[in-house]
Amino acid sequence: MSQRREAAIVGIHEYPLRVAPGVSSLQIKAASAAKALSDAGLNWQDVDAVYDTGTHQNIGGLGISEYLGLKPDLIDTTSVGGSSYEFQANHAATMIASGKANVALLTYGSTAHSDRRAIGTGGATGQGSPTPFNNMEDPWGMTLISNYGMVKARHMHQYGTTDEQFANISVATRYHAMRNPEAVKAMTDLEFVGVNEITTQDVMDSRLIAWPLHLLECCMVSDGGGAVVIASKEVAANCTKKPVWIIGGGEATKYRENGGDITVSAGAQSGPRAFADAGVTPDEIDILMAYDSFSITVMCMIEDLGFCSKGEGGDYVSSGILKFDQSGGPALNTDGGGLSSNHPGERGIFLLLESARQLRGESTAQVNDAKLAVAVGNGGQLGSRHSTSATILAAD
Amino acid sequence: MTQNSPLRPQPRFPEPDTEPFWEATKNRELKYQTCNSCSEVIFYPRAHCPSCGSLETSWNTSKGDGAVYTYSVILQSRHPAFKDLGPYALAYVDLDEGFRIMSNIVNVADPVNDISCGMRVKLNWHDQGEGEIALPMFEPA
Ligand SMILES: [Zn+2]
Repeated sequence: MSQRREAAIVGIHEYPLRVAPGVSSLQIKAASAAKALSDAGLNWQDVDAVYDTGTHQNIGGLGISEYLGLKPDLIDTTSVGGSSYEFQANHAATMIASGKANVALLTYGSTAHSDRRAIGTGGATGQGSPTPFNNMEDPWGMTLISNYGMVKARHMHQYGTTDEQFANISVATRYHAMRNPEAVKAMTDLEFVGVNEITTQDVMDSRLIAWPLHLLECCMVSDGGGAVVIASKEVAANCTKKPVWIIGGGEATKYRENGGDITVSAGAQSGPRAFADAGVTPDEIDILMAYDSFSITVMCMIEDLGFCSKGEGGDYVSSGILKFDQSGGPALNTDGGGLSSNHPGERGIFLLLESARQLRGESTAQVNDAKLAVAVGNGGQLGSRHSTSATILAAD
Repeated sequence: MTQNSPLRPQPRFPEPDTEPFWEATKNRELKYQTCNSCSEVIFYPRAHCPSCGSLETSWNTSKGDGAVYTYSVILQSRHPAFKDLGPYALAYVDLDEGFRIMSNIVNVADPVNDISCGMRVKLNWHDQGEGEIALPMFEPA
C-alpha cells in the first residue's frame, strides 16, 4: 500500500527557553505560532483551523482563537493530557484530508516551572468540585510519580525487568540531550546536578522519589511550549521546508479496571491501529519519539506499540539500539526527551516537533536518512486513567 | 502512619457516586457494587454499571481480604499531610470479591522490602474522627 500524502507538518517551532519568568503561556503560544508559520512560509491569516487544549489560563478554544486573532473554520480542543497533541495532529490530518481545513495550527504553552507547580510530588490539591476520582484517590497520598511507580513495580514483578534495564532509557535520552544545545541549557537553567552523559549506575544511584522510580527516571518540570502547522498537500507544495507527511494515527484510552493488567497501556490498542492506518510496521521505524514522563512510560510504549513482545522491553532497551548512532532499532527521543530536554507538563507537541526535525534532517542527533517516525504520546496517569495516541510521520 | 492526620485529604461531598461508600465506612463496612443486569463487579462506586450501562446496581459488603496487586513507596511528597510521614506505601489491592481499590499498606517496618506484589493483606481501618468517615487501609494478613 502506498503511503498517504494528504496532510503534512510544514511548520514547527519549539520555544527555546525552559525557564521563562515573566512570560505567560498565552504569549508562548503566540510567539511559537508566529515562528512556526514563518518556518512554513505561511501567513498568520492562512490559518483556518485551531488546535489547542484550551486548558492553560482557562480560556478554552474560543479564547485562544480570539487571543491569537484568528477566525478559524474549525476548532478542536481535545484535552486528554500530554498526548493531546498526537490526538490533535491525527484529527487535523483527517480534517484536512476531508477538505474541511487547509492550514491547522497546534499550539502549546506552559509556565509550570515558574509557577512552582509540584506536578510530580504535590499530591491532591483539594481544589475544585468533588469527583469520584478525587474521593477514591486523594486520601491515600498518591503522588503522580507514585502512580507511575506502581506500574514499574508491577512490570518488575511480572516480567523480571530490572532497575538497570529501565536505566538504559534515561541513559539514551541524556546521550541525545547532550547534543542538543537547548536541552543542555534547559538542564543548566533547571540546576540539574551533573549536566553530562550518564550511566545506568548513575540512574540507579540517584535518589528514590517513589520506589521503584529514581530521580533520573523522572522528567523535568520546565516552562515551555511550541507550535506545529499542518497543511494540505496543495498548501505544502508551496511551503518553505520539505513536508513531513502524517501517514497514520491511532488513539485509545485505558483506566484502572478490576482485574486489569496495569503493565499494558492504551498503546496496545492505539499503536497497532496507527501502524495499520499508515501501512507500515514497527521494524521500519527510524525514529521513536515516545513520551518519557518516566522510564516506565517508554517501556510500555515500546512494548505496546510492538517494537518487542510484551515483557521483553528490558532486554530490548539494554541492547544499546536506542541511541541515534546505533543500528538495529529506532532512535529514541533524539531531542533529549522529557527526561533531559523539555517537559512543561504536557510533552506531546515536542514528540511531533522532533519527529519533524528528524525527517527534515534538522535534528541535533540526526539519524542518517531518517524516513519514518512515530510520535507516541501518553497523557493522564499511566497507572490509572490515561490516553495513548500515536502519529506516524514520513519523509518523501 | 498516624491514625488521625487532620490534614490528610478527605473525600468531599456532595458527590453522590461515592457518598454511600464513604457513609458505610462510619460503620467500618467496606462496600462495593455489583450490576443487577450483567453481574459485573463495579468499583469505584457509580450510579450506573460501566460494563453494560444498567442503572440497577446492588451494594455488597466485602470481607476485606485480598492481595497487593502493585505498590509504590513514596519517599518525597510535598503535600502537608504526607511530607513528614517518612516512606509510605501506596497500593492497588485486589479484594477477593473481585474489585481493585487504591489504598495504603500499613504496619510494615520497611515498605520497600516488606511488601510484595501478590502478598495477602487484610483491612485496617483508620478513623478520621468521631462520627467521621474511616479510611480503609490494609496490613499484612
Ligand atoms: Zn452491568
